[in-house]
This record gives sequence, C-alpha cells and structure tokens, in this order.
Amino acid sequence: MIFVVMHLTVRGLLGRRRAVLFVLLPLLLLLMAGLVRWASGGDPQSTVKLTNEFSVGTLLPLMCLLIGTGVIGTEIDDGSIVYLLAKPVPRRTILWSKLIVAWGATLVFAVLPIIAAVEIAGDEGTRLGWAYGVTATLAALAYTAVFVALSVVTRNVVIIGLLYALLWETVLGGYVPGVRNVSIRQWALAAAENMLGDRAPVWGVTSDVSLTAALVLLAATTIGAIVLAVRRLQTLPLTTRD
Amino acid sequence: MSSVEPVPGTAASAASAAPAASAVPAASAGPAQPAAPTGDVIHDIGFRHYDGQRFGRGWVVRSLLVETVRGVFGLGRPAKSKVMPWVLIAILLIPPLVIAVVILLTGGNELGISYTQYPGSMELVISLFVAGAAPYCVSRDLRHGVMPLYLSRPMRRSDYVLAKFGGLAISMFAVLALAETLLLVGALLMKLPVGAQLVGWAGGILTVAILALILSGIALVIAAFTLRRGVGVAAIITGLLVVSGVVQILIAIAKDKGYPTVASYLPALNPYGLVDGIAVRLLGVEPSNSTAYPAGPLGLLVFGSLAVATVGACLAILIRRYQKVGGV
Repeated sequence: MIFVVMHLTVRGLLGRRRAVLFVLLPLLLLLMAGLVRWASGGDPQSTVKLTNEFSVGTLLPLMCLLIGTGVIGTEIDDGSIVYLLAKPVPRRTILWSKLIVAWGATLVFAVLPIIAAVEIAGDEGTRLGWAYGVTATLAALAYTAVFVALSVVTRNVVIIGLLYALLWETVLGGYVPGVRNVSIRQWALAAAENMLGDRAPVWGVTSDVSLTAALVLLAATTIGAIVLAVRRLQTLPLTTRD
Repeated sequence: MSSVEPVPGTAASAASAAPAASAVPAASAGPAQPAAPTGDVIHDIGFRHYDGQRFGRGWVVRSLLVETVRGVFGLGRPAKSKVMPWVLIAILLIPPLVIAVVILLTGGNELGISYTQYPGSMELVISLFVAGAAPYCVSRDLRHGVMPLYLSRPMRRSDYVLAKFGGLAISMFAVLALAETLLLVGALLMKLPVGAQLVGWAGGILTVAILALILSGIALVIAAFTLRRGVGVAAIITGLLVVSGVVQILIAIAKDKGYPTVASYLPALNPYGLVDGIAVRLLGVEPSNSTAYPAGPLGLLVFGSLAVATVGACLAILIRRYQKVGGV
C-alpha cells in the first residue's frame, strides 16, 4: 500500500506546473556555478561564498519548501486528501510515504545539483563537494521534515517556513548571535566544518555549533517534526478557507 | 373536466376542437400573465423590478478597489486570514520602532537606517507580504470561476485589472509609508533638523510608491497564472528571492572580471535594486548595501524607463490575460 501512496505522491508532485520550478532552479544554480568558475578560475573561496549564500542559504530551503508543500500541502488545500485519509491505511503510513518521496525529490533536485555546482565552481579535489554534500543532505532531511509537518499544521506554510528559513536564520542571526544556535543551516554546516578540518577557517566554512550538538539537534528536530506531523494528520480538521 | 387546471396542451386541443368561445375562458382561468417583456429582458418570471438609481461602472470599480484593499489586510475575512498580513506588518514596523526607542533611551544623533534604504533592508518581508496578498486578489476569482459574474456588470475587463492592481499597490504603499512615517517620528524625537528630515521622508515615500507599483505588477502577473492555492505564494516568493540572489552573484562576478559598468546596471534586474537606483540618482541619497549605480542622468533615464516599462508590461500582460478569462 505504501508504494501506491508513494506512486500517487510522485505523480502529484511532478505532474503539475510547479515541477517546472524543480528543473529551472537547479539549472539556474549550475549556470551560476559556471559563471563563478569563469570569474574566479576555480578558487575554492568563491565556491564557498556561492554555496553558503545562495545554494545552502536560499535555494535549498526554497526547494525543500516547494517539495515539502507539494507532497501534502496542495492535497490538504484542495481537500482531495479526504479520499486518501478515508482509505484503510494508517495515517503513519501515509505520512511516511509522502515524506520518503519528498526526501527523494530534494535529494535529486536540490542536493545533487548543489554538489554538482560545487564541482563546477571549483573544488580542491573533491573535499568541498563531499563536505557540502553531507551538509546539504542533513539540511534537506531536516528542512523537508519540518516543512511537511508545517503543511499539515498550517495553511500559511510558505510564509511561515520562509520567515524561519530566511528571516530567522539569515537576518536575525546576523544581529543576535544566539539565534544562530537555533538554525538548521548552522547545524548542518557543522558537519562541513568538521569534514574540512584545518581548511575550514581558511575557506570560511564555519558553524557556531559543535558537531555532536548539531547532529543531536538535527535528529531531534527531524524526529519531532515527523511525530508532530503524524499526530496532526490523525486529527486533521478539514475546513476550507479562502 | 372544467375543475381541472387547464394545461397548454389541452387548452390548445380544446381550442382546435371547439369554437373560440370555449378557449377564451380556459386561458383567463390560469395565473395572471406577466407584463409584456421589454426588449432587454431575456426571461421575465414576474419578480418586482429594481427601479432605484444604478451607480454604474465607476462605482463597481470603486467597490472592487475597496474590497481588495480591505481583503489584503484581512478585513471582512475570517480571523485566520488576518493573522499573516498583520504578523508581516508587525515585522515591517519593528525596525522603525526599535530605532525610535533606542534613540529615546540613548539619545543618538543619527537614524540607524535612511528612508530610502529601509525597503532594501526589509526586502524579504516585503516580498512575503506581496506574495501573500497577490494570490488573494486575483487567484480566487479565477479558480472559482466567478469572473463571468463580475463581467456581467457594467465593468470592462481592464477595469477589473486596474482595480485589483490599484488595490494591491495602495495596500502595499500604505504599509510601507506607515513604516517610513515611523522613521520620521523617530528622527523628530531626537531633534534632528526638521527640514532635512521632511525632505528625506518625502524621498522615502516616493521610493516606496514606485516599489509598491512595480512589486504589485509583478506579483499579480504571477498570481493570475497560478490558480491553485498555495502555488501562487510559492511562485511569487521564489521568483523574487531567486532573482535577488542571482543578481547579487552576477554583480560580484562582473566586478571580479573588471566590468564595473555592467555591474552598475545589473541591479536594475532586481525590483529593489531598480527602485534604490532611481532613488540614488533622483534624490542623491546613499545607496543601500553600498551598491554602485550608473552615474549621471543616463543612469536615471535607464532605471526610470525600466521601472515604467516593467509596470506597463505587467499591466499589459494582465489585461491580455483577462481578455480570455471566462468560466472555470
């Protein structure tokens, strides 16, 4: 049954016009990476700047948001989730199958393009590629779980999700240092900092959180989001609002 | 036989069988015939007519405009719809308030942020506000197929577009102008020279007016093509954010490769950079994020004409879009 739900979710996710964005945004990132390489001649520092600010800072949360809302938010919005919930399938299974599809989609449309962009823009061997690959994967897992949970909880998921991912993590983090400790992006960056070792401070890949704390917090956030999403899906109020 | 209500068929058959005298009473026994239909009525079922004054096209447009402005702020909508706009407005008003309070407590002698730099620094929140408002304005009418009902009134298709565009632009301008005014209040509280501050404030008001027009146009175009709920918000915010990020990277690349002229024209691709460039060249204020803009009247001409062209193109696309709009 889980495969049927997953199949339906994939069709709902990729069969719509928003799928155009899933292709356009990674292509745009690769184009930017090519331009950065042309400008910097493969300097890892420019790669880090592009990846930190654009790929991981803006594009990854955006893609996770688009995909996370795409797998379940649109169905709740137009009310067609009723037909799925009415089937004798545990809500747990429904949520897991949607989440697995979302994770797969973010891996293909966000994480892989980010690694490719790092390699195109200039890398030292494959060190940066591996480090950012792990960071992007961790961040994608947590962001997607949080955004799927948010789409079950609220209709304003796009605005709330972006307020968190961009305003909280980027803007507020710049003024209030403590805010940066409560940020999926910083937790995920801790992995890259650790993997790069002594080169991390040189290239400017720094995180404010230690690796152990970061991994624990990432796991706690992801699991917490999934538990919340399952519980809310079990008692989903089906109302329409415009 | 005579007690039975005559139906048209039997009346006709009776009329054909019997002389005309028996057919006439049968017809008069039925319900009173409605008044003879006039030329502009398709099917008159006898209801009382409206004889009052009709306000006409201008009033329809005005009502639509007022409804749009109210709806953007969640007035006349359920409580859940009021949360998001007001949270965003609160976030937009926090920086001016904080600046004013800090000034009151510490007695500083300059604003932390200039009037024209304010929109650029709140770029994300302003984008979120317009992304949340634009689909409310146009997507629902298209999605639920009520456009024919609007168009059956004495209102043209372009009137609908202009009313929605005007409503959204006015709402955005009101929010941003309020923030600018709070900045002015802060400046006056710390007893900065009133004349200079008023001039700066007027420049800020002009800036946010242009910004409101450009952003409303772009957001409405995207919203008019994305009918599904939630998709419009995501599409608008994705577009604005990605354009802003890409333009920043392109500027850095152009500077690296030694094309400062290209780098100075590139901000025009981002609505916020475009408006900031106009403000810098027109009012002679400091740019936000220390962006370099093309020098002299040529820069102003290019940026200004681009702004006019953007708004014009958005309106043209919208009017064209609504030429074909009908039922679902």
